Amino acid sequence: MSNDHHLDSELLRFTTAGSVDDGKSTLIGRLLYDSKSIFQDQYEQIERISEKRGEEGVNLALLTDGLKSEREQGITIDVAYRYFATPKRKFIIADTPGHIQYTRNMVTGASSANVALVLIDARNGVVEQTKRHAIIASLLQIPHVVVCINKMDLVDYDEAAYNKIQDDFEKFAAKLDVVDVHFIPISALIGDNVVHRSDKTPWYDGPTLMYYLENVHIASDENFIDCRFPVQYVVRPYSDEYHDYRGYAGRMAGGVMKKGDEVLLLPSGFTSKIKTIQGPAGEQDMAFPPESVTILLEDDYDLSRGDMIVRPNNKPDVTQDIEVMMVWFDSDKPLQVKGKYAVMHTTQDVRCVVKEIRYKLDINTLHRQTEHDGIKMNDVARVVLRTTKPLFKDAYRNNRITGSLVLIDEGTNNTVGAGMII
Amino acid sequence: MDYSINHLKVLESESIYVLREVASQFENPVLMFSGGKDSILMVHLAYKAFFPAKIPFPLLHIDTGHNFPETIKFRDDLVEKIGAKLIVGSVQEAIDKRMVTEEKGVNASRNGLQTAVLLESLEKGKYDAALGGARRDEEKARAKERFFSHRDEFGQWDPKNQRPELWNIFNGKHQMGEHFRIFPISNWTELDVWQYLAAEKVELPSLYYAHEREVFERDGTLLADCDYIEKKPEEKVYKEVVRCRTIGDMTCTGVWKSDAKTTEQIIEEVATTRMTERGGRTDDKRSETSMEDRKKKGYF
Repeated sequence: MSNDHHLDSELLRFTTAGSVDDGKSTLIGRLLYDSKSIFQDQYEQIERISEKRGEEGVNLALLTDGLKSEREQGITIDVAYRYFATPKRKFIIADTPGHIQYTRNMVTGASSANVALVLIDARNGVVEQTKRHAIIASLLQIPHVVVCINKMDLVDYDEAAYNKIQDDFEKFAAKLDVVDVHFIPISALIGDNVVHRSDKTPWYDGPTLMYYLENVHIASDENFIDCRFPVQYVVRPYSDEYHDYRGYAGRMAGGVMKKGDEVLLLPSGFTSKIKTIQGPAGEQDMAFPPESVTILLEDDYDLSRGDMIVRPNNKPDVTQDIEVMMVWFDSDKPLQVKGKYAVMHTTQDVRCVVKEIRYKLDINTLHRQTEHDGIKMNDVARVVLRTTKPLFKDAYRNNRITGSLVLIDEGTNNTVGAGMII
Repeated sequence: MDYSINHLKVLESESIYVLREVASQFENPVLMFSGGKDSILMVHLAYKAFFPAKIPFPLLHIDTGHNFPETIKFRDDLVEKIGAKLIVGSVQEAIDKRMVTEEKGVNASRNGLQTAVLLESLEKGKYDAALGGARRDEEKARAKERFFSHRDEFGQWDPKNQRPELWNIFNGKHQMGEHFRIFPISNWTELDVWQYLAAEKVELPSLYYAHEREVFERDGTLLADCDYIEKKPEEKVYKEVVRCRTIGDMTCTGVWKSDAKTTEQIIEEVATTRMTERGGRTDDKRSETSMEDRKKKGYF
């Protein structure tokens, strides 16, 4: 760990996806190792295992393999979370497998990421898996994409090879909804341009990966325009001191709320004013995402979990008809047209019926298939739902919190689908 | 205007959100309290999450009977201060009732026996959610743990069949008899915990600060001398200035040579140390996958 530790560092979440051979685990190991985030006992442990397996040198990839079955098979099955910090930022990595059969894990890791790290093997260029990762980043609206063209050492740090891959990727990405894309030539194995600038790529004048991660502008990743406060829990102390206290606890999902602001309450449609905002450190004048606060209103309306506090001139859609891009997670049962599911959306619990599957999206080609044999695990489809109660929703591209929902199988209670509202 | 909060505030907000989800989604939650800094942090966050109301769930301590005396005193003082209800699950009682069998020999520890007592306590109290202070940075099996971790009716964890967790949405739906383990501080690292506790001026047990204690060395780890550990003839007791980085049962919690007497000095030490905090836990060293194996059976 670094010697300098600052209280005022920002938190950045990034996701990686990759399979065994593209060097993803090595890259993460390299980031941790070169930023001195690996502990001596961890290092000694992987040193012992590498030696036992008869591997040459210390296999940094072993740092990220957690479960017994993963070690046995040499693959990543699930999302694993890694942490490291530099003096500027604290990082949370959602490390996910890259193979198509683990799309659901990639989607999970991508759901809260600021940055998607897409790895390309410089020898192979843009392949199906690269496209899939970029499509997932676009679907999940990850604000920033950094494309690491890896194994540059194996193509003799050839600038032309690098440029060709960049061109190919940009041509493909033009069809996607990704705005901020950045390219870096690296070698995770040797460490070129990961933390330290490489002298073998004089033709590259951009930042190293670490510099990029430390400096990419993420302060605007949240929506600070449209005020959304889903009521999560009602605080009622029932004590003499706080006899009439009724606080609405929740986490800001959008916009900036200030003390004294006029607010609209959903679903009732009543208006009131914000009397007090109680934060973790006491009263505060305003609140914005991702703060958890408790709001007290001037008037005595009885709100409950699932209600939403917004501004009168900026309302979310209030509707029972919801259209989503759905990623299906269930290994046992495909998505059932006319099927009924439980829905969790912000702090609301409702039920829904699946009205229609508009098309299935091929996540390797973006091709829309109206002819298909059902929506199975890891498939992505555009789906129309009808809910039992109105949701207070925004389009996912405007707000990742009020624009997302999950479907739950009412028999098994498992989370079976994730929907991005259109 | 730049609307941003630092990483500790983001973590705090996330944990408070998870604690409030638990209070909303479950009938009968309980907070597992060990007396260590992570569970003290949990109590502190829960206090904030529901202020000015009291924390809407009791604390559960699984007492091995081999605790540092300082831990028990601290626990009782804290419980009184916040007006919480404390439930104690006793490993000693379980041994006396022959529900579990005490390990024998020099490496005997009651650590493994806690699982059976924990599961029994959860069943007895009909708790459907048990909040724990485990963090993903602690150990490789914990790196794959969800915030809401489903357990079957035997209290077991199936790492290959975990519910996907996306965005802010936590699915706590469950059948009768099943329960959830909930980890609100999953995303905190050891350094985050210390920085936050320092910034919030949270009081901690004296064990975390450097003090003189009688210790002896075993397999490269310093252990505090006490009546609960049988020593080998060659293991000599001597005095050393040490502190705990984690607090567990005395038989398996290593102590560290340290001069860190204040929280600031501890942060400095944690930020520069080259050993993980569980590096002193002999319970983790029993095999390469000992945490994963214990978690599957229902360990914390």
